[in-house]
Parts: sequence; structure tokens; C-alpha cells
Amino acid sequence: MSLQVSNLSVSRGGRTLLEGVTFDVDAGHALILRGPNGLGKTTLLRTLAGLQKPEAGTVHLPEEDAVYAGHLDGIKATLTVRENLMFWARVFGTQSIDRALRTFELSDLLDRSGGMLSAGQKRRLGLARLMVTGRKFWMLDEPTVSLDQASVAQFADMIRVHLASGGSAIMATHIDLGLGADARVLDLSAFRATTPKLHASEEAFL
Amino acid sequence: MIALLIRDLRLAMRAGGGFGLSLAFFLIVVVLVPFGVGPEMSLLSRIAPGILWVGALLACLLSLDRIFALDYEDGSLDLLATSPLPAEGIVTVKAIAHWLTTGLPLVVIAPVLGILLGLPEQGYFWIVLSLLLGTPALSVIGTFGAALTVGIKRGGLLLSLLVLPLYVPTLIYGAELARRGTQGLETGTPLLMLAGITCAVTALLPFASAAVLRINLR
Amino acid sequence: MSLWQYANPVKFLHLSGKIVPTLAVLSALSLVISLYWGFFLTPDDYKQGATVKIIYIHVPSALVAINAWFMMLVTSLIWLVRRHHVSVLASKAASYVGVVMTLVALITGAFWGQPMWGTWWAWDPRLTSFLILFLFYLGYIALWAGIDDPDTAADLTSVLCIVGSVFAILSRYAVNFWNQGLHQGASLSLDKEEHVSDVFYFPLLLAIAGFVLLFIMLTLVGTRTEIRQRRARALLARSKG
Repeated sequence: MSLQVSNLSVSRGGRTLLEGVTFDVDAGHALILRGPNGLGKTTLLRTLAGLQKPEAGTVHLPEEDAVYAGHLDGIKATLTVRENLMFWARVFGTQSIDRALRTFELSDLLDRSGGMLSAGQKRRLGLARLMVTGRKFWMLDEPTVSLDQASVAQFADMIRVHLASGGSAIMATHIDLGLGADARVLDLSAFRATTPKLHASEEAFL
Repeated sequence: MIALLIRDLRLAMRAGGGFGLSLAFFLIVVVLVPFGVGPEMSLLSRIAPGILWVGALLACLLSLDRIFALDYEDGSLDLLATSPLPAEGIVTVKAIAHWLTTGLPLVVIAPVLGILLGLPEQGYFWIVLSLLLGTPALSVIGTFGAALTVGIKRGGLLLSLLVLPLYVPTLIYGAELARRGTQGLETGTPLLMLAGITCAVTALLPFASAAVLRINLR
Repeated sequence: MSLWQYANPVKFLHLSGKIVPTLAVLSALSLVISLYWGFFLTPDDYKQGATVKIIYIHVPSALVAINAWFMMLVTSLIWLVRRHHVSVLASKAASYVGVVMTLVALITGAFWGQPMWGTWWAWDPRLTSFLILFLFYLGYIALWAGIDDPDTAADLTSVLCIVGSVFAILSRYAVNFWNQGLHQGASLSLDKEEHVSDVFYFPLLLAIAGFVLLFIMLTLVGTRTEIRQRRARALLARSKG
């Protein structure tokens, strides 16, 4: 239940963004991806999640262990918290949402509809969804956007709980979460594709 | 996957005007035709099966871009794509949800609108039967078109252009079935062809729709 | 070395650059000779007068219209399986020629039918099928235009071409079925009028050859343009770093 990435190259829109990306993430640990906007953090996460194919290299991550959360939260405004979570529980085949509700303090918001939640509550709901899937490897793209300091601290606590129970995470975020020794930071600028590097298919035209 | 169907139905119900809009559009088309061609009942009753079919088809067309757009915009589509649900299953469920919220209501209301057009008595059975057999095909084909244009901004018009030629066979056989049945003629061929089209597209087109959806999520 | 070497855009540009001028000359010759021969040197048909000679444009353009789509189907499949850009760009180029040919077939078909039918249009199975084909072409071209990323556009339009082909064939049968209910009074079908006597045959064959050569030449030219555009894009992307 660990992620091993080896010599990975990812591209977007015909241009190779990152190449030679190599790292491991083991159980109980988190990897924080850093780098300027447009570098390819989102593209890397989407590739790891299986939404797009890598240019080159290998990703070793058993599919049934991983779950992805994009930076749009995917919470349906017209469904209640319970309906949102129960849907994902059924989709991922897990039985109950109680533990997630307790851990993320959503129990008294059960019948509140998604559109009436604050930004912090939505983020907690997004994380609750990850727990409800029962999968241990979390991939998060900018999970702390629009959260205030208290909510960020809460988010960090919840990640700590996840790591402590044997889960792992990889996330792209600018914010220092203070996760301590369990979290490594990886600056992706080191893997920026050396210019001029074009997608192989574009190369063919030259 | 039933969970996805229930979720989509729930969302459609709560969407405020969800399936009411297609019904309203169907009504509008049917009401406009007499204003366009004159109120003579003998003419109207002759073309009634065709008008009802065209109206139902246009009403279906209207709601196609909603099939994936909402999920695409709020990121749910990415989450669904990375879930255990197979893409082929997702597109099939989406088509079923579209049919239940758009196609089926059209089938139910068609006889009522038939009265406005002077549909002959025998026609009611045939219009309902033909629409019942044909509207699922319209939903499945429409879902393919919606998957093609999911990323395109204001892709509604392009969606209509792409889907319309694909709708022609279903429309021809469906309207012919309704018309011939109404006139008491032999209906075997259009009936079989219409049923055949619906079964074939439901079985095969989801593979193409799923492939296209995956391409658009890259 | 097999034909696949021309999947390389640079090699393709090289070869096509050499072929195009010859093709242009050949097609121009065929067209001029066949059309002159057909229009001016053959006798008028006893039944239809001079208008039947429109078949020298109608039949070849109709043949090219259909075969252009078939070629697009094959090149789209090659793209999806082997990812050769030249193939899908050729499909795109062919679509422009195809849509014009379809339009020509429709217009000449209407001209042909007008003296017989007394109207400029009839929902004859042949013409109707071409009208539907015209819509398929428009959709394909519009989808190419509506998507920014070239590879995504290539993938989506290729799938559309394949699905569309199935429905186009289905439509042909549906339209034939739909049309058979017309009363038999006036024979409206263009199909019936195609038994032309031998004296018309040779110019017709030449005209068909001319149109086919024209199609190939125009498609090659179009493909070269598309390749050059992609090349310009690649150069720009490279310089931007």
C-alpha cells in the first residue's frame, strides 16, 4: 500500500511538463508537492490518479488502494451531507459513514444541504468522503484553498489522524501544515522538463 | 451503480424545473404548429404522429447538454472517473437517468398533446408505443453526443448539430410506426427496426461514449 | 521500407510535394476533356434533353462524396490504432473536399431533377441520403473546429467518424424505407435514370477519374497545409520553452 514512482514524465496539451520524477511514499507518511503555479502539480496528481497516461516512466500504486480529490470539491449543493456521503459509500462499496462523520465532526450537519456549508465545512466533507471510500492512499490537489487558519489547523489534525491509522497521502499545497516528521516536502521544480522538450508527437513535425 | 442512478434522479428532481422544462418545450412545439400551418383539423390529424415525434425529439435534444455538464463543472466527473465505477456503466446510468427524467415524461404527455392535434383514436396506442420504444435510443445517442462535447464551452449548438443526423433513423422508423399504425397499415418493419435500433445502441454505443468521456477527462 | 514510412510528416511532405503538381495536371486534363466531350460532343438524350449531361458532374461528385467519407473512416481508424498524425490530418483535409463534393452532388442532383419533377427539390432517397451525409460532414468539421487541443480533437472526431459511419449506413436503409410510401404517379427516383447508353459511358468514366484525381490532389494539399500548421505550432512551442 505504498506509492512508488519511477522516472515519470507527465505532459499537458502536447508539452512535457515534468520528467524523471521519482519518489516513494510509504504507509503512515505524507508527501507534500511544492512548486510554482503551472509547473504541473495538478497534472502529476491526475496522472497518478489514472485520469491521464504518463509520457514515460512507471507508477506503482495498486488501484484499489487509492482515491483522488481534485481541487474542485465535487459536493452536490442540492444533496444533504448524509446523501453526499452515502452516495460515495455505496459507490466504493463501504458500509457506513459513521466513523467519517465522527472524525470530521459532521454529525450535526447531517441534514444540511451541501450548498449551505461554509468553506471549512465543505473541506471537511471532502475529507470525510475520502475516509468513507475506505481507501488508504489519499491524493489531494490544493485541499486548503479558501480555508482560514483555524480550518487549516483542523485539516492538518485530520491528516495526522489518517497517517496515524496507517494511511498515506500525497498532496499539492502551498501551505505549511506542520505535519512534522511524517511528511516530506518535494519541490517539483527540480523535475521541470528541460526546454525545449516537446511531446513526442509534436517533435515529429519538426 | 444504482446509487449513481438514484443520485442523478434526486439531483434532477431538486434542480428546480428539471424535467418540467422538456415537457413545457414539447407543449410549445405542439402549440406552435397549428399557428404555423393553419387550424384545419383534417390536416393536423394527418401530420399529428410526425409532429409529436419531432416535438419529443427536440425536447430531448434540449436537455442533453445537462447530462455531463453539471458533474464536469463541479469536479464530480473526475471523482466518478477515479471511482470503481466503469466508465461504460457511468454513461449507461446517465442515459437511463436522462430517459427517466425526459423521455418517459414525454411519452406520458404525448397522448394529451395528441388531442390538440386531432390525433385519430387508433393513433394513441401507436404514438405511445413508438415513443416508448424510441425515446431510450434518443437518450443513449444523446448521451454519446453529450460526452463528445462535455468540455466545450457553449457546446449546446454543436451538440445539436452532431446528434441530429444520428437521430434520423430513429425518427424515421418511430414516426413511420406511429403513422402506419394510426392508418391501420402493416407495422412489422418499423416496429422491428425501431426496437432493433434501441437495443443495438444501448448495447454498443456506451463503449464509444465511455471512450469519448475518458478522452475528454485527460 | 513500407508505406508506413510516410506516416512521418516530413517524409510525407517531401513525397506529396513531388506528386501534387503531376496530379494537378492529370486531373485538370481529365476534367477538361471529359466535361467538354460529355457536354458538347455527345448527343442529347431523347427523353431528357440536354439536362442529363449534368450526370458528368453529378455522378462523379456523388461518388467522391461517399468515398471521401469512407477514406475518412479508414484514416480515422489508423489514427486511433497507430497514432499517425498524417493519417488523421488527411482525414480532416478530406472532409473539406468531401463536404463540397456533397454540396455539388446535391445541387447538380436538384438541377437534374427539376425538369422531370417540376420542383427544385424532392425527397428522393438518393438526394435525401446525400443531405444527411452533408449533415454528417458538417458535424465532423464543426467538432474539429470546436476543440482546442489538436490530439483531443483528432481522437474525438475519429470516434465521431466511426459512429457516424454506422448511422449513415443505417440512415440509407431508413430513408429508402421512408420513401417507398410515395405514390407511384411521378417516378421521382434519380436511380431510375442512370441507365445511360454506351455513348455516354466513356466521358463519364473519364469524368469520374478526373474527380477522383482532383480529390486526391486536394486532400494531399490540405494535408500538407495541416502538417505545416502543426509544424508552426511545434516551432512556436519550442521557442517559448
